[in-house]
Amino acid sequence: MADVPEPESDEEEPETDGGVRAYTVRLELVDEPGELLRALEPISANGGNLLSIHHERGNITPRGHIPVEVDLESPPERFDGIVDALRDAGINVIQAGAEHYGEELSVVLVGDLVETDLSETLSRVESEADAVVKDLSLAAPEGTNATASARLRLAIDSGRAKQVFEAIRAIGTDKQLTVVEPLLGGEA
Amino acid sequence: MRLAIVGAGDVGRSVADLAGEYGHEVVAIADSSGASVDADGIDVEGALERKAGGESVGTADPATLFETDYDVLVEATPTTLGDAEPGFTHVERALETDHHVVLANKGPVAERYEELRALEADSAGSIRFEATVGGAIPVLSTIEDCTPQAVTAARGVLNGTANFILTRMAAEGLDYEHVLAEAQDLGVAEADPTFDVDGTDAALKFVILANVLADGGFSLEDATVEGIQDIPGSALELAAEDGRTIRLIGEASRDGVRVGPRLVPENGALAVTGTRNIVQLETKHAGSLHNSGRGAGGPETATAVLSDVGRLPEL
Repeated sequence: MADVPEPESDEEEPETDGGVRAYTVRLELVDEPGELLRALEPISANGGNLLSIHHERGNITPRGHIPVEVDLESPPERFDGIVDALRDAGINVIQAGAEHYGEELSVVLVGDLVETDLSETLSRVESEADAVVKDLSLAAPEGTNATASARLRLAIDSGRAKQVFEAIRAIGTDKQLTVVEPLLGGEA
Repeated sequence: MRLAIVGAGDVGRSVADLAGEYGHEVVAIADSSGASVDADGIDVEGALERKAGGESVGTADPATLFETDYDVLVEATPTTLGDAEPGFTHVERALETDHHVVLANKGPVAERYEELRALEADSAGSIRFEATVGGAIPVLSTIEDCTPQAVTAARGVLNGTANFILTRMAAEGLDYEHVLAEAQDLGVAEADPTFDVDGTDAALKFVILANVLADGGFSLEDATVEGIQDIPGSALELAAEDGRTIRLIGEASRDGVRVGPRLVPENGALAVTGTRNIVQLETKHAGSLHNSGRGAGGPETATAVLSDVGRLPEL
């Protein structure tokens, strides 16, 4: 925690309409001493007010990290700054407020989807690519033991599409699945 | 300009055929086994007839092509990877003797760009290669007009065979093998379609685009390339349910080259159908530009070669 109180005067406070909102931020922490404290510091330092911390110590993510759910209050216009500060500090932010997912994108996976454990693929997409799978359509015209296709509708944080698809590509390489990504950039 | 054409495939023959219409003269044409050379202009019709009859374009030694008096070497031999030979040596020979070179052969420009530019710097001649990217579509001259610095990326469809296959698969709900066989029957796909469907052909073109944008630094081995062989009809169906389709899309920027099957809006500009090609140029100050048209074919590609010849300065 900062030793000195934040030197912010009243006129530097952004217009908030007097309103603050409650947000839930889901983090993934490395299982090391001091990690939780390190994760909370950027929240208070950027104008967030901690409401509660749910530290799921017994519940390990597929990557061996510990999920932590933090409820906080902040003026809406400062919330992005809090999430950015967390990411800048190297904290893995899984989910930041329900409305924070700025983009919905589709991706098509092709291969032995059932054989290679579709549900494990989906949970890896969620944990390793930081995306939420909102919807899944599966087409397996030759039966579930043959090549199948799946369309995933993903909710991802604004501006993170590049990293999300990099991670999905790596999962595809790992599981020998063809990944058909959306084309990003340019004007259609 | 007096043209010496090396390579008598579809493109080389069409260049010879159309040169007169563009105000140029063919003084030599060579294939791998023979040449027709005449400093006063060869009998183009006769040479093309011999070729059509299964013979060489002429009885002279192919090497005599370089000894005649010409202004522009048109390099239209088949694209080769790696050392890009014999195309590279042809270009080298022409530049070292202070002649211009116009390439339709992608190999040297994709695989040995910096060496080409170094040879050009020491020569009175210059090189142009519009025909290597997108056939008849003016892609490189558009970049030149925008200045390469103002173009941040190029994306699009630069392989008509792969695009035809994906279009038919989506429209008919057929699988890859069925449509490939149909494409081969129609002459849209070659007997060995490997380079078209595995993304290599498109990748060469996007490597050339990246070289133009970044002034060199790329070859085929720097590109991340995936083909369309593993795309089943079901993937296209799922894409369509979402208002999308799948196209073999290339991307070139100063950071790299990538080619692979991608989801694009079904009614978007990049979802061209059949053998059509399209290139989207992303510019710094003017949004996106789209150039679309026929990306292959003898006469189509020959128009790009002859436009290049027209842009060359007098020697």
